[in-house]
Amino acid sequence: MSGARHSLWLGGALLIAAAAVLLLGAGVGSTGFDSVLHARHDPVAWQILWDIRLPRTLGAWVAGGLLGLAGAVAQGLFRNPLADPYLLGSASGAALGVALALALFGTTPFATQWAVRLGLTGAAFTGAVIGVVLTLALAKGVQHTLRLLLAGVIVGVVLGAARDLVTIASPDTLQAMQGFMLGSTGFVGWAACGVMAAMGLAALLVAASLGRVLDGLALGEATAISLGLPLVAVRAVLVAVLALATGAAVAQTGLIAFVGLASPHLVRSIVKTTHGRLIVLSALMGGLLLMAADVLARWIIAPQELPVGVLTAVLGGSYLLWLMHRRRRPGGGL
Amino acid sequence: MSLRFWRLFVLGCLIGDAAHAADVTLTDDRGVTVTLAQSPQRIVSVLPSLTETVCELGQCHRLVGVDRYSNYPASVRGLPQVGGGIDPNIEAIVALKPDVVLMATSSRGVQRLESLGVKVLAMEPKSSADAQRVMGKLGQLLAVPDAQRIWRAIDASVSAVAQSLPPGARQLRVYYEVSTGGYAAGTGSFIGELMARLGVQNIVAPSLGPFPRVNPEYVVRANPDLIMIGARNVQGLETRPGWRGIRALRERRLCVFTAEESDVLVRPGPRMAEAARLMARCITEKGLK
Repeated sequence: MSGARHSLWLGGALLIAAAAVLLLGAGVGSTGFDSVLHARHDPVAWQILWDIRLPRTLGAWVAGGLLGLAGAVAQGLFRNPLADPYLLGSASGAALGVALALALFGTTPFATQWAVRLGLTGAAFTGAVIGVVLTLALAKGVQHTLRLLLAGVIVGVVLGAARDLVTIASPDTLQAMQGFMLGSTGFVGWAACGVMAAMGLAALLVAASLGRVLDGLALGEATAISLGLPLVAVRAVLVAVLALATGAAVAQTGLIAFVGLASPHLVRSIVKTTHGRLIVLSALMGGLLLMAADVLARWIIAPQELPVGVLTAVLGGSYLLWLMHRRRRPGGGL
Repeated sequence: MSLRFWRLFVLGCLIGDAAHAADVTLTDDRGVTVTLAQSPQRIVSVLPSLTETVCELGQCHRLVGVDRYSNYPASVRGLPQVGGGIDPNIEAIVALKPDVVLMATSSRGVQRLESLGVKVLAMEPKSSADAQRVMGKLGQLLAVPDAQRIWRAIDASVSAVAQSLPPGARQLRVYYEVSTGGYAAGTGSFIGELMARLGVQNIVAPSLGPFPRVNPEYVVRANPDLIMIGARNVQGLETRPGWRGIRALRERRLCVFTAEESDVLVRPGPRMAEAARLMARCITEKGLK
């Protein structure tokens, strides 16, 4: 019972922190705090606050939530603490999907209309599913950590190469694709926010309700089957959730690394809880991480800003290295 | 009384007419028609060649922000920077309250800016014909009637430079490397067109497209008489396998352009005549020595 209480506390704390960072995010940008002070009587300052800073900050929260959710689902599903949307090939699959959509339909990845955003999300989703399925097929299951990671890396490289080929074949999309690879929340408007929130809510409901199956799975496959859990169907659904969450985030923000990997770890290092709660908490943690990173990216070299994907790659990569280093000590064992 | 009335009436008509005439309607490179109530006074440019064109038209004072790569003329270096083509800073652009934003069609953020109600003119000059067209459009936008005349003067300078070259230049076979990794300037590129105007031969076949990534072997086989390259990419050129035997390197016929000179050469814009002069100097000093 205390686990439940801890989770509740953590969830509350994460939400409050997110609200605080959201307020901070409204005040940080290339025009500084001035825009907040003048928002009441200056329409441009108001627009900067309401149409630029709020949607991008909220968008960072939702995109981070999607990635955190995808990470928690992946780690539970594959019973592997290093599973991550990026290491499983789903992000590179999603990027390939976007590249193909661009080359075939000639739209830009930064269109703001609902239909285009949904279309790109669909393409990214399909690509993500293909990426994960390829990785699983190559790894022949999920039992061997090393196999799975290796397969993920290989699929990532191959799909990345395919993306490069598609981009080279249609040079018009070259620069657009290049921009897309630099993950950034700077272009997220309300429409993109809405698409991500809808996908996120659906993914969260499905994933959290299947948390019990992941709990069963954690005891081993045989135990899970003996408990009467419909493993094959549930796995397929969870892979779809994983791909949907990754695809929705990638299609709106580009490639943002390590949020999905780090969030569940951070949550687990604070509370020990069931998968259902872990998934919700990881989503909240991922949202907080990416939102904080986004505010930081705007702040470090203001009035200019860093692409947030670069920042999360550096911070998240360092965290992953530290995690691996710590686990290598006796008694750890990955 | 009635005379005064008529005067006022005529005056009113004139003002109304002037306001109507000031309505600027343009179609950009995406095929999107952009209408502005009047010629823009506050302009943000997110592409160096567009910045240069605005200034060449004598309207530099209307620029209120540029991208971080716009570095010419010197006066634009003091302007607020709004990021680059692939990472424009939306907030910084909106905060400058521009009447219009000039950016590349492939640039990120075109539609995001439009959804925020900012007028965007997307243009991406790649050839000299594009540069001329862009200058005409910007002349229309900025109400500079002699834009075409300015372009003709630039064009005439290029022809003059071409004519000043000795006939021996026609036999020169040239390789221009745009960036490391073997990206060459093909015949369809701005640089390739300039080479053709000056009468030298490009070793890159037209079928390879504007900026093909050529195999090092291709260059060895073509054995160019003259190599043009930017200072950033020149390192290790002679140690590339087999390149020592290339005529241009054997006879030290290599032009290394500084970063500023490379900017002039690769940007399809109003500094085309200067680009032609740079290239001609290289041809006479190195190619025909």
